[in-house]
Amino acid sequence: MSEMILPLVRAEESRPTSYLDEGHTVLSWLLTTDHKRIAILYALSITVFFFMGGIVIGLVRLELISPTGWFMTSDEYNRAFTIHGIIMVWFFLVPSIPATIGNFVLPMMIGAPDVAFPRLNLLSWYLYVIGASFTVYVLLSGGVDTGWTFYPPFSSSYSNSSVVPAAVGVFVVGFSSIATGVNFMATIHLLRAPGMTWFRLPLFGWSMYVVSMVMVLATPVLAMSLLLICAERLFGLPIFDASVGGDPVLFQHLFWFYSHPAVYIMILPAMGVVSEVFACFARRRVFGYAFMVYALLMIGVVGFMVWGHHMFVAGQSPLANLIFSFLSFIVAVPSAIKVFNWTATLYRGQIGFEAPMLYALGFLGLFTTGGLTGLFLASVPIDIATTDSYFVVAHFHTIMVGGTVSAFMAGIHYWWPKVTGRRYHEFAAQLAAITMFLGFNLTFVPQFIMGWLGMPRRYHIYPDVFQIWHVLSSGGAAMLAVAYLLPLAYLGWSLFNGDQAGDNPWQATGLEWQTPSPPPKQNFLHPPRITNAPYQYHEMGRAREEGEETPVAEQGDVR
Amino acid sequence: MSDLSRALQAPWPDLRLQREAVGLGMWFFLASEVLFFAALFCSYAVYRSFNEEAFRIAASHTKIVYGSINTALLLTSSLTMTVALRAAAAQLKRMTLFCLGATAALGAAFLVTKGLEYRADIEEHLIPGPNFPLKPAATAMFWGLYWIMTGIHAIHLTAGIGVVIVVLTLFWRETIPVQGSTMEGVAIYWHFVDTVWIFLFPLIYLAGRS
Repeated sequence: MSEMILPLVRAEESRPTSYLDEGHTVLSWLLTTDHKRIAILYALSITVFFFMGGIVIGLVRLELISPTGWFMTSDEYNRAFTIHGIIMVWFFLVPSIPATIGNFVLPMMIGAPDVAFPRLNLLSWYLYVIGASFTVYVLLSGGVDTGWTFYPPFSSSYSNSSVVPAAVGVFVVGFSSIATGVNFMATIHLLRAPGMTWFRLPLFGWSMYVVSMVMVLATPVLAMSLLLICAERLFGLPIFDASVGGDPVLFQHLFWFYSHPAVYIMILPAMGVVSEVFACFARRRVFGYAFMVYALLMIGVVGFMVWGHHMFVAGQSPLANLIFSFLSFIVAVPSAIKVFNWTATLYRGQIGFEAPMLYALGFLGLFTTGGLTGLFLASVPIDIATTDSYFVVAHFHTIMVGGTVSAFMAGIHYWWPKVTGRRYHEFAAQLAAITMFLGFNLTFVPQFIMGWLGMPRRYHIYPDVFQIWHVLSSGGAAMLAVAYLLPLAYLGWSLFNGDQAGDNPWQATGLEWQTPSPPPKQNFLHPPRITNAPYQYHEMGRAREEGEETPVAEQGDVR
Repeated sequence: MSDLSRALQAPWPDLRLQREAVGLGMWFFLASEVLFFAALFCSYAVYRSFNEEAFRIAASHTKIVYGSINTALLLTSSLTMTVALRAAAAQLKRMTLFCLGATAALGAAFLVTKGLEYRADIEEHLIPGPNFPLKPAATAMFWGLYWIMTGIHAIHLTAGIGVVIVVLTLFWRETIPVQGSTMEGVAIYWHFVDTVWIFLFPLIYLAGRS
């Protein structure tokens, strides 16, 4: 660690040095192996990419206000939505919760001093940054127009845009996912504190385990499919070239073998986050803990067997369609178990409407909406009618943006006092949460409607009848933009002016709260030992409001 | 044993657990690698089932002599790697270094043979494109897959040789002791690359020679 210590160390503090004070040079951050600092590096970089993808989609929504296309050519429009898709899926959503919240919280949650391979963890961030910088290159070199799905033969033979750099960017970021997945799995297997049995693992820990499994097993298939596209583009090796007997549909199979599980890579961590938040803000044990775990595992496993439902119109055999449709309905079962169990957790709880809870409640509603419309699309006849329409667009945004981003924000607010040691402005945060929920619905409910009426995706010139829906949707997008910018402002403000949070401001259970905020480098002052199951809120009651709190350092042995 | 304490890395409490972690992490990574190659083998299987005759014709132009020599080289390298692993566990430093060197040399010999084979392939214009000599058209599918499959395997092997040489140097300079957790991961990875070749050999060289 660097020798530089900030001269203004607060005098009254006899507590151990927090991870934030272990060196203040840029190098002490760029060469750190501390999982908490790497989490912050990730958080900063994915925020940059989130807003990059956001600005692009802002332009797209602006363009769509007029049915005739008023400031973009069709070519520019194709590039705009492609860049939005690539950035948001791979550079924001996939790493969002695991690499930031997971990196920060997971080791603390299981009572570990760090992840299993700290240097690999840092490497994964560098891979992410290298992959991401390729995307910047793609942007500068004129963009890519294939859509985020890279379907051949367009991507392999016809597109005149930067397909290869975009694919390389995604490929490299894929390695960062795999590194994170391997690291988390080894951490959870081998670094759990004494007494932290598998069924005492908090649900967020379980969700990280399952998502790591999916990352490790799905990402390489994406890597291979992109590599094959690159081989065809660069060297003319005919893999998907139908003129010599290649099959473009094979690419779709490979691509969706990754990209459907990728949806679960995005949503499983979200499920983990809201499980923690619901328990804490309802002051109740999570209802049906064991079933929540089995549901996560089942989603992870069955999620690998449903990719064909993206290809109902691609010429699959009716039998394959039938099987994929059936399996897609099956995934709804564990998802519904989770929704019912969250609801049962809330039932007769002492619910507090702090910002993390508002975000989590938003997640619950939107995830349910997204899940139910997913059942529409799992059914072959309806899917055939709505394929490539705004109904599909609205469906997956409801899961990925409504669900994952809501949960990501819930997690950011919930663990913010732990990460920074400070409180944010509660009312501003509540306002942002409500704005986000309303803005989201204003954006995507019109898209459901126009999709159902037949508006196809990826067109910027459309019949006049859809204009009203597009205008409403664009208005909602503006509202969402406000809801995303607000947290930047009040969270930024809280970094410098926020009140000291105390070690456990929510009176939450969970090992990560039984240590100072912000935590010391080695996470715990005493090696933790776990003696009971997670979420023992019934013993604590509604202790949050009593406001008396003993700093962790004085509590002696940490339970 | 100050020698061993240098091998211990954060956040591990003891070397046994650290060794277990390196092994486990490597197996998880290999699970990922298996899926990576599975996508490729699956594509091969699909195309071969669609174009049986074309694959038979195309595969008969592969150079089985080079392929067989390479199989022998790589299998032997797995033997020397296993001996290196055992020697490291028994703290026989010189034996470990010797076997690692032999492994890297056998790997390099594989690449050289592969290079000679590639040269022979190129002389016959067996690269899909305008001058591709074989008929029917789907033979180009086989050769496209040939270059990708063997190329990706060669990249993996090159990475493996690089890692072996780095580890060898670290052991030599006593930066890390041989009985640490490093050998475990290196050995598992090496055997994996070898195993991939065992699947590649029949798919490439035997498919046209039944």
